[in-house]
Amino acid sequence: MNRTTMTRSFLASAVTVAMFGAGQALAADPSGTYEFDREGQHQFIQFRISHLGFSTLYGRFNDFDGSFEYDADNPEDSSVQVTVDTSSVDSNHSERDKHLREEDFLYVSEYPEATFESTSVEMEGEDTATVTGDLTLRGVTREIDLEMELINHGEDPWGNYRMGLEGTTTLTLENYGIDYDLGPQAEEVTLMLSVEGIRQ
Amino acid sequence: MKWRNTRSRWGIVSVGLHWLMALAVIGLFAVGLYMVDLGYMDPLRNVLPDWHRSIGLLLGAALVLRLLWRFVSPPPAPVPEHTRMEHLSAHAVHWLMYGLMLAMVVSGYLISSADGREVAVFDWFSVPALTGNVQGMEDLAGDWHRWLGWTLVILAGLHGLAALKHHFWDRDDTLRRMLCMKLRQSRSPDRQ
Repeated sequence: MNRTTMTRSFLASAVTVAMFGAGQALAADPSGTYEFDREGQHQFIQFRISHLGFSTLYGRFNDFDGSFEYDADNPEDSSVQVTVDTSSVDSNHSERDKHLREEDFLYVSEYPEATFESTSVEMEGEDTATVTGDLTLRGVTREIDLEMELINHGEDPWGNYRMGLEGTTTLTLENYGIDYDLGPQAEEVTLMLSVEGIRQ
Repeated sequence: MKWRNTRSRWGIVSVGLHWLMALAVIGLFAVGLYMVDLGYMDPLRNVLPDWHRSIGLLLGAALVLRLLWRFVSPPPAPVPEHTRMEHLSAHAVHWLMYGLMLAMVVSGYLISSADGREVAVFDWFSVPALTGNVQGMEDLAGDWHRWLGWTLVILAGLHGLAALKHHFWDRDDTLRRMLCMKLRQSRSPDRQ
């Protein structure tokens, strides 16, 4: 190993140490505002509903945006908000999707957006919480509880700070004015939110 | 009765295609309106759309045949009693209806194939999707399908009323020659 290479190698190590050090310093306080990683598409709103009791149908909303505030010292002061373009519903079947957008279901011509706005956070465990908030869907606003889990947070390989969350909730369709008869096994739908936020 | 069209009347091929397609258009329209409002548990919920798609695509095939046949065996001359205005407007309506039928077949096909799925014609064969999965195409195609469908049926209604007017009021051969009926004597062959 010649002198130049040694110097380079030493410098590289020093830089690496500095970066990791900085990373750990940041990791110590993940507080901040996070925007959903919409661009990189590390965000999913999936739903599942029983098909006549035979199997489970999965679908998703392709277009939505949101953000959350995370307060590490006082996690119950955290909050999350999501806005969904209801016309982006996708169950991988065009005729069904067309029906889902009509008045029988999402009625997207009248209600193009669904929103969720958290109002309180109650920590259940170290990384789990019940997030209570107002869901507005098909023009109806109701309070719901999202069971959320903080999956992980930290530096990503490209210089951003990320935090991943997953939350689920179950809705009764009729509560949102959707009374189309899909059978007694399909009166409820489960919504699953899985997102990464990038700290701003 | 000849297979081909002659100078004075329609042949069997044209008459057959005309009435078969008339039946298909009216049936598709009625079934289409009815089936979209069927409840999820209705026994016909899946079978009516299956028929609607199948017959719709077959109508498209019949339309292609019909247009080709116009070249193979050109239509008869206008009924002598028709005025020039009547002839031109009838001509315009016919071509408008051909265009609308084509647009109905295409827009219907685009609804069903918007997710990249093939469209089955009964269990005989399937027409593959040409577009792949296009987000939201089913909604746009659906809007066109609805309004063009109404336009086509209203136009077909006018076309039918006009035929009845010619038959009962003018007492000419317009409808008779589309029904393979014996023609009335042309009363004034030299009138335009």
